[in-house]
Amino acid sequence: MSDQNNANILEVFGLTKKFGEFTAVDNISFSVEKGEIFAFLGPNGAGKSTTIKMLTTLLLPTRGTMRINGYNPVKEQDNARKSFGIVFQDPSLDDELTVYENLEFHGILYKVSKDLRRKRMEELLKLVDLWERKDHLVKTFSGGMKRRLEIARGLLHHPKIFFLDEPTIGLDPQTRNQMWSYILDLNKKEGITIFFTTHYMEEAERIAQRIAIIDHGKIIAQGTSSSLEKQTKTNSLEEAFLSLTGREIREEEATASDHMRLRKAMFGGRKR
Amino acid sequence: MQAIYILWLRQIKRYLRSRSRIVGSLGQPALFLVALGFGFGPIFQKAGGGNYIDFLSPGVIAQGILFTAIFSGIELIWDRQFGFLKETLVAPVSRFEIMIGRTLGGATISTMQGIIVLILTLLLGFRPSLIYIPLAIFIMFLTALLFTSLGTAIASMLEDFQGFQLIMNFLVMPLFFLSGSLFPLSAAPEFLKIISAADPLSYCVDGLRFALIGVSHFGIITDLGVMGILTFIILVFGAYMFSKIQI
Repeated sequence: MSDQNNANILEVFGLTKKFGEFTAVDNISFSVEKGEIFAFLGPNGAGKSTTIKMLTTLLLPTRGTMRINGYNPVKEQDNARKSFGIVFQDPSLDDELTVYENLEFHGILYKVSKDLRRKRMEELLKLVDLWERKDHLVKTFSGGMKRRLEIARGLLHHPKIFFLDEPTIGLDPQTRNQMWSYILDLNKKEGITIFFTTHYMEEAERIAQRIAIIDHGKIIAQGTSSSLEKQTKTNSLEEAFLSLTGREIREEEATASDHMRLRKAMFGGRKR
Repeated sequence: MQAIYILWLRQIKRYLRSRSRIVGSLGQPALFLVALGFGFGPIFQKAGGGNYIDFLSPGVIAQGILFTAIFSGIELIWDRQFGFLKETLVAPVSRFEIMIGRTLGGATISTMQGIIVLILTLLLGFRPSLIYIPLAIFIMFLTALLFTSLGTAIASMLEDFQGFQLIMNFLVMPLFFLSGSLFPLSAAPEFLKIISAADPLSYCVDGLRFALIGVSHFGIITDLGVMGILTFIILVFGAYMFSKIQI
């Protein structure tokens, strides 16, 4: 594996994750080139988030190897962690802190020096149109504003690769468009590799240069949007996706966080 | 060090911003002081126990610390479910530093809470000797550290708040009621003495009583020794449990 193509920022080989008897990710292999925009698609429960968790050092793989910016996320955790930025599926901001404090927290954890941190915070907050609100508490923000802040935060330490796990879920078309234009701009100007998952097929079709489709823990197709359409003899990515993964609706078991989210909604966001 | 500092600071900021939480958590100690303190006071005095408010106040301070500390440890579940924990876990910082920063933060706010309860007891007529106040604050901090670590260790094992009621009823409440906070251990029946001797909070209350009113059941050396050793063990255990979290 060691002499593999240097142009690859992400290399995954034979990656497997089992939870007891259940195989969430089943022997998948793929690679992503530097500067590429890569979409990872699949129905609910297909193994997308589990894969991202393993790549981002949150979960240990059962088997297989990974390289992120040349580092092994299992053994060279800190170097791997410095190489990526991430926007999680659920917001992961501290609601009780201000915009500025959330970024400051991130910058210190990633050991970005004070001057550099302050400079980048201003740049990034201006980029996502939150500079004027830097002293506002995050809990007063809408979903779209939180997402923009998370994007700014994920970029603060200048990652080489940016993971976005369903970044546009629950956002209106305006915010979604604006968000993608920031990200595409970054990709073009800074050459940051983008790895994202989404359920919106037209988004993947429009944005991604290459796509991998995962189902039941296995990668069942890879390529450009048009090559996937050709392969399945369909006219759109959505049809190609459905033809590859079937039309049956996937049941996903409610997780602990779903229960909690329900409770949070019931109690109006109060803690106890 | 910087990482530990910023995690500590986060806890402090959150605490100072949640005024309703600070005020809300004074309700219980106030109730104990008024209902038990003034209610039982005359009987306690008649039985030759002396001033009950003086006796009760260190116990109520310890109770305030116990509750705040366990909760701030358990708050980890909240961070875990609502994502903020992920932000810290993917950062290039060791799990150990994260745990220490959080725990020191929780211990600091619990100590602050203890000091606020102390002020409340002063308002309600508690008259401690003030020479040993530094010792009292040190004991409060040790108590806070012990129970924040315990809360963190428990929270590391739980997925959600389902087990929360269980912890309240079978851990926090017994820790408090069996600690000799409310009654003198010296006059308690033998079996209760044995149970209380196994309750870590007993040593915290006893140490506080020594520092504030000069009365002690176990002796201050025993109190500090037990608390020190136990805090160390639970801190190590909490750090271990925290390092095992997978999301």
